[in-house]
Amino acid sequence: MAHAKALPANIGVGLAPVLVLVVLIAPVALGLALTLLPAFGYLPVLGGERLTLTYFAQLFATPGLAHSVAVSLMAGLLTPLLALSLVLLFLAGTAGTRLERWMRRLVAPLLAIPHAAAAFGLAFLIAPSGLFMRLISPELNGLSSPPDVLIVNDYWGLTMSAGLIIKEIPFLLLMALAALPQIEPEKRVAIARSLGYRPCRAWLMTVVPALYPLIRLPVYAVIAFASATVDVSLILGPNLPYTLSVMVLQWFNDPDLNYRFVAAAGALLQLGVTICALLLWRLIESLGAWLGRRWINRGERRSGEALLRVSGQLGVGLAVLVSVGGVLALLINSFAGFWRFPDNLPGAWTTQTWSRALGEIAQPLANTLLIALVSTAIAIVMVLAVLESEQRAGRRLSPSMLLLYLPLLVPQIAFLFGLIVATEFLRWAPDIKLVIFAHLIFMLPYTFLTLAEAYRRLDPRWSQLAATLGASPWRIFWRVRLPLLLAPCLTAAAVAIAVSVSQYLATQLIGAGRVPSLTTEAVALASGGSRGIIAVWALLQALIPMLGFALALFLPRLLWRNRRGMRGLN
Amino acid sequence: MKVHRLQLENIHISLEGKQLLALNAEISGGEVLTVMGPSGVGKSSLLAYLAGFLAPVFEASGLTRLDGEVINELPAEQRNVGLLFQDALLFPHLSVGGNLRFALPATVQDKEARIEQALASIGLEGFAERDPETLSGGQRSRVALQRLLLSEPKAVLLDEPFSRLDSHLRREVREFVFAGLKAAGLPAIMVTHDAEDADAAGGRVIQL
Repeated sequence: MAHAKALPANIGVGLAPVLVLVVLIAPVALGLALTLLPAFGYLPVLGGERLTLTYFAQLFATPGLAHSVAVSLMAGLLTPLLALSLVLLFLAGTAGTRLERWMRRLVAPLLAIPHAAAAFGLAFLIAPSGLFMRLISPELNGLSSPPDVLIVNDYWGLTMSAGLIIKEIPFLLLMALAALPQIEPEKRVAIARSLGYRPCRAWLMTVVPALYPLIRLPVYAVIAFASATVDVSLILGPNLPYTLSVMVLQWFNDPDLNYRFVAAAGALLQLGVTICALLLWRLIESLGAWLGRRWINRGERRSGEALLRVSGQLGVGLAVLVSVGGVLALLINSFAGFWRFPDNLPGAWTTQTWSRALGEIAQPLANTLLIALVSTAIAIVMVLAVLESEQRAGRRLSPSMLLLYLPLLVPQIAFLFGLIVATEFLRWAPDIKLVIFAHLIFMLPYTFLTLAEAYRRLDPRWSQLAATLGASPWRIFWRVRLPLLLAPCLTAAAVAIAVSVSQYLATQLIGAGRVPSLTTEAVALASGGSRGIIAVWALLQALIPMLGFALALFLPRLLWRNRRGMRGLN
Repeated sequence: MKVHRLQLENIHISLEGKQLLALNAEISGGEVLTVMGPSGVGKSSLLAYLAGFLAPVFEASGLTRLDGEVINELPAEQRNVGLLFQDALLFPHLSVGGNLRFALPATVQDKEARIEQALASIGLEGFAERDPETLSGGQRSRVALQRLLLSEPKAVLLDEPFSRLDSHLRREVREFVFAGLKAAGLPAIMVTHDAEDADAAGGRVIQL
């Protein structure tokens, strides 16, 4: 009643949530529908005019399919289980320490490394002829030639899962750190400690039950991603047989167009596998809750404290070490000339690989930058519009906004496939505009996840004060809210850029291979590229997100160097 | 100088059907009406309602007149009702002068001179470029009051304005705030826990 009525000026902003939902849900729904039909044989363009189960029969007759499904499912459960446990143990063991503050700073650059680059880094580190084996050979194991074992591309996809875990740890850490302030962990731990519980145990018992519901969605996103990843699987995953998602991609690219139907059936199976992984995770959740309650009810206060503390620090520390070591391995490989096996470092250094790659880089680099910058600008504007409309309405968005996260929970390959069918039907030529749109679908949820908390937590008194001083809603937005939230906005933009740069499938499929980006080129080198070349492309791919995060960190410091009050807000 | 007048007619605020407060009052320029009471009785809701920020979960009825004009349906920025919080809340991203400039109506000519004049009146000549964070607590309170006055309000709401100040500062800030409001001929409503605030205000006191 007394609340400011929606003025005409607010109508544009008020429509923002609806618009964002349409942009997100329409393509996902359309894509899924157009995957469903060809899976049952209906795709008139290719002569499929009646419903049939033939292609499912063909799909299930594929040799090794059961194993592919098993590996996808395993990666989809192993990744969240280990990444989440380690993140929680780490936070519990380091709450309020210098190590935690260090980690807060490390999270952004770790997150900036694209999946593909991190995967290559891991491969160069732990392959039989990788940096690690060179460091311990021949001193520790007496080897003078690389051991004949399958470490990368192993049959059960364990290396692939490891690569995913290393990448998802910083993601879950960031999400947990962003959610923590709302539940006041210090107070919870202080009370538990005053009742005699050791600190790490106190954190696990009193903070985790409140924290988990807040980061559940990111965890589900990890499950969906890990169970259906394509780029990490192409680099680290098994190839006899491939994981399900890669098989689908190969059928899709098969020159025999009839395989398109099998690909559609496979994409649907992939959706089923991801849903299955999510349902199994629900079971794991219940089991975890039951065990946790028993653990808390036992009332044990002290035992095992050191073990809890150390396991989290070791696990997360190892993940960080491997990430950094991977980048180091990429750097060395990119400058390596002749490099005999057990030698720790190359015998000769060269800049030839770089100069050769730099000659070919112009087009993919320009594409990557253009796509990332345009889609990030659109994503930031849309997310700000949604959050601003929420502020002006004076209440939280309706629960339907949870659909915003849909693209994170549906395997990319399951709906990108149908989206291509749609663009072909509409006779839209694959071009950079379509790729930007496809990227946007995946960037919006992450951008929203990153910015929403900061936007909602901003002290409402700032905008109230500005209004009583006579400032209109738009003036408040431009002159008060946006400057106060500059740092989180820039971080969200950096996340958006990182998400865009790391998109493999959306660029490759929607661009029909005609919009080469740093990522598509790097992943294409996975089979058969020379190590030096791969390293150069992977580093270039990681460079852009790094620059984004660096800017997001330093720009506010530069701008507010004479404003001490802005430091606490950053 | 124009003397303003604030009238509250049959104000009722309730939450989920339970009435929080009912109020009738008329406050003339230079007068401070003090509203006291324990927390949770709806003191803050009253200020939020008058300023135009009451959350949609509350139900409110009644008329608020400012110089005879009903302002209930106006958005907050068009009500000409100023607000002082517990904290000075100087915008941290703006300079001291920038904070004052933010409050000046767009139509004001020669803003720089007005800002300098306002700073001079509180003994802060040449402070326009300073970072608000470098001011002392007392200086911040003075700038906050000047910022409020520069926005040319017709009435002022005070939300426990002195409760965060040290006891020695509290008396000083109280004095210049009440003097400033009186000099500007502004009717004010103050919400407080502190009986000394009410004494210093010197106006009527309503216990909720």
